[in-house]
Amino acid sequence: MTVESTAARKTTRRSSGTKRTASASTSTTKKTSTRAEAGAVEPELVQLLTPEGERVQHPDYDIDLSAEELRGLYRDMVLTRRFDAEATSLQRQGELGLWASLLGQEAAQIGSGRALRDDDYVFPTYREHGVAWVRGVDPTNLLGMFRGVNHGGWDPNSNNFHLYTIVIGSQTLHATGYAMGITKDGADSAVIAYFGDGASSQGDVNEAFTFSAVYNAPVVFFCQNNQWAISEPTEKQTRVPLYQRARGFGFPGVRVDGNDVLACLAVTRSALERARRGEGPTLVEAFTYRMGAHTTSDDPTKYRADEEREAWEAKDPILRLKAYLEREGNADEAFFEALEAESEALGKRVREGVRNMPDPDHMAIFENVYADGHALVDEERAQFAAYQASFADGEVK
Amino acid sequence: MAVQKLPLAKALNESLRKALETDPKVLIMGEDVGKLGGVFRVTDGLQKDFGEDRVIDTPLAESGIVGTAIGLALRGYRPVVEIQFDGFVFPAYDQIVTQLAKMHARALGKVKMPVVIRIPYGGGIGAVEHHSESPEALFAHVAGLKVVSPSNSSDAYWMLQQAIQSDDPVIFFEPKRRYWDKSEVDTEAIPGELHKARVAREGSDLTLAAYGPMVKVCLEAAAAAQEEGKSVEVLDLRSMSPIDFDAIQRSVEKTRHLVVVHEAPVFYGSGAEVAARITERCFYHLEAPVLRVGGYHAPYPPARLEEEYLPGLDRVLDAVDRSLAY
Ligand SMILES: Cc1ncc(C[n+]2csc(CCOP(=O)(O)OP(=O)(O)O)c2C)c(N)n1
Repeated sequence: MTVESTAARKTTRRSSGTKRTASASTSTTKKTSTRAEAGAVEPELVQLLTPEGERVQHPDYDIDLSAEELRGLYRDMVLTRRFDAEATSLQRQGELGLWASLLGQEAAQIGSGRALRDDDYVFPTYREHGVAWVRGVDPTNLLGMFRGVNHGGWDPNSNNFHLYTIVIGSQTLHATGYAMGITKDGADSAVIAYFGDGASSQGDVNEAFTFSAVYNAPVVFFCQNNQWAISEPTEKQTRVPLYQRARGFGFPGVRVDGNDVLACLAVTRSALERARRGEGPTLVEAFTYRMGAHTTSDDPTKYRADEEREAWEAKDPILRLKAYLEREGNADEAFFEALEAESEALGKRVREGVRNMPDPDHMAIFENVYADGHALVDEERAQFAAYQASFADGEVK
Repeated sequence: MAVQKLPLAKALNESLRKALETDPKVLIMGEDVGKLGGVFRVTDGLQKDFGEDRVIDTPLAESGIVGTAIGLALRGYRPVVEIQFDGFVFPAYDQIVTQLAKMHARALGKVKMPVVIRIPYGGGIGAVEHHSESPEALFAHVAGLKVVSPSNSSDAYWMLQQAIQSDDPVIFFEPKRRYWDKSEVDTEAIPGELHKARVAREGSDLTLAAYGPMVKVCLEAAAAAQEEGKSVEVLDLRSMSPIDFDAIQRSVEKTRHLVVVHEAPVFYGSGAEVAARITERCFYHLEAPVLRVGGYHAPYPPARLEEEYLPGLDRVLDAVDRSLAY
């Protein structure tokens, strides 16, 4: 079965679902019933691995991975989680000012990230540590901005992994423009833009949908619906399942089990292939869960119940793949032990890397403000240097 | 219980509570303002007591928040909007500048825009990018907007009441690094006028003019200068649009020296406006050019450099010395 035909079929099938939602919401004006009906048309997720770690088939998204590839995905997820845990504790120890944990979202990030080709380009938010990992960005580099020593920390072009973006949704337009450039160049690479369910409310994201559809840009919009935008549940952003939005902009949307790394890989791969073939954007909604706080500054006990987290813990992306590996005999004890040791080593490397990260030089304030220079910056830099020097002389005036 | 010592954030909370109680048309809108009570807890408990119809958790869309607040104002409501952090007001900048600011004039005065936009602003809390900026000049430059910033709990309480009562759009900048500072609030006092400056400390040798987070720094500088035998007056401007130039003039006619201090970049900043006007008004009184202390023409730096970037005691005292040396 070819990917084209499945994509076409999916689109038709989904359009009927969209229609139902539309008529349901126009036939009633009461908000409670709109919400109920929007929920009622929610279709099943694309899933290839059940929470119990059983392999299931999906007619449209087949995938065949070797034992080694499966172990690779597992390793990526375990190491990413280890890195994330280390960063969280470094924040607690005062080494980082803030941390945005990806706990629970490993499958969405590793699955989608491993679907990418080297020449594809990634536009992340501030939580895509797993995607950064598969792109080969040194994890320590991700910590600079959270430690407060820089506003980025890596050269976006060396791994085709753009800088983290904090202003919600902005990067989806950059991704679209970059993808438009790929088309102009006649190249066949693709772009992926990450964002959250909250971001789907921003004008920028909706404008990115419009531009990418109109210019048929080779971009995959990868929305990690982790159910929350700080304290606001997804229902405060939308009354229809997010993936269905794409229809109205003229491209397909698909909802994938975001805790299933195989499904995330398969769905993203298919969307990227579609983009490469010149068939335009796709919206992938990875249905997942933020198991930790929004950031280390956040207190989720103010707004969400413990039971909710517990229910999602049962769908843990890592345990699920582990069960599958064990069930199929694709990994032995030695593999898990070696990985444990590798995790510890990574934790240690990150810890030491952060502790040894030097503070920026004072003059860095004036660096790279302009590419061509600016007389006022030169003047202020000189004044600043003289002022700093007055302290060095012990002559505090 | 008219007089109470409250952290600035709590004073704002009490002020919002009072506004919701007194006027059924007042609404609170913003991201996470409901159950969470805002990321700084300024709206803590308000949704619980006034309901989801009055304290509204909005979608994550700043243009949407301000745009719908304009519509609600057209319908007779008085929305008080929270923008989560300074750097996130820009998706709403278009609505604020092209629509909110001009509506009253375009409608020949027939339409009022009683919208308050609260923005936690400024640095000093070690935050990541876009969480520490001081964009007040960008708003003060726009006719039709009023721009204010309290520096203590009493002003926080009263200025917010007054801003909500105003029929004009008010951009209400909250000095986020002072949220936890406690000072006295008299909830039964007769407050000063919203756009009048306040003498925060009397002095006779030099005037320091500041607002919001820098008032505290200037008071500390004045105390330090006192030890060196210099009598420094501190003016809390409180309002950046309009600016109370009369109060500055009165002070400068007495002290003959003026230094303006703010966190925002000096270049094209509010200090430039104060310096130019006061030079015009007080040319023969001034014994030194008006000096400015503020941020550099550079992006707000990462947290580990913010102490160097932000005007601190030393930089303010340095300017005091330079001014008095003329
Ligand atoms: C324009 C803008 N407004 C507000 C914020 C503050 N903020 C940071 S993250 C966040 C919630 C984002 O939720 P979502 O898009 O679902 O992504 P998630 O963090 O859950 O991955 C908010 C409101 C921001 N960074 N940018």
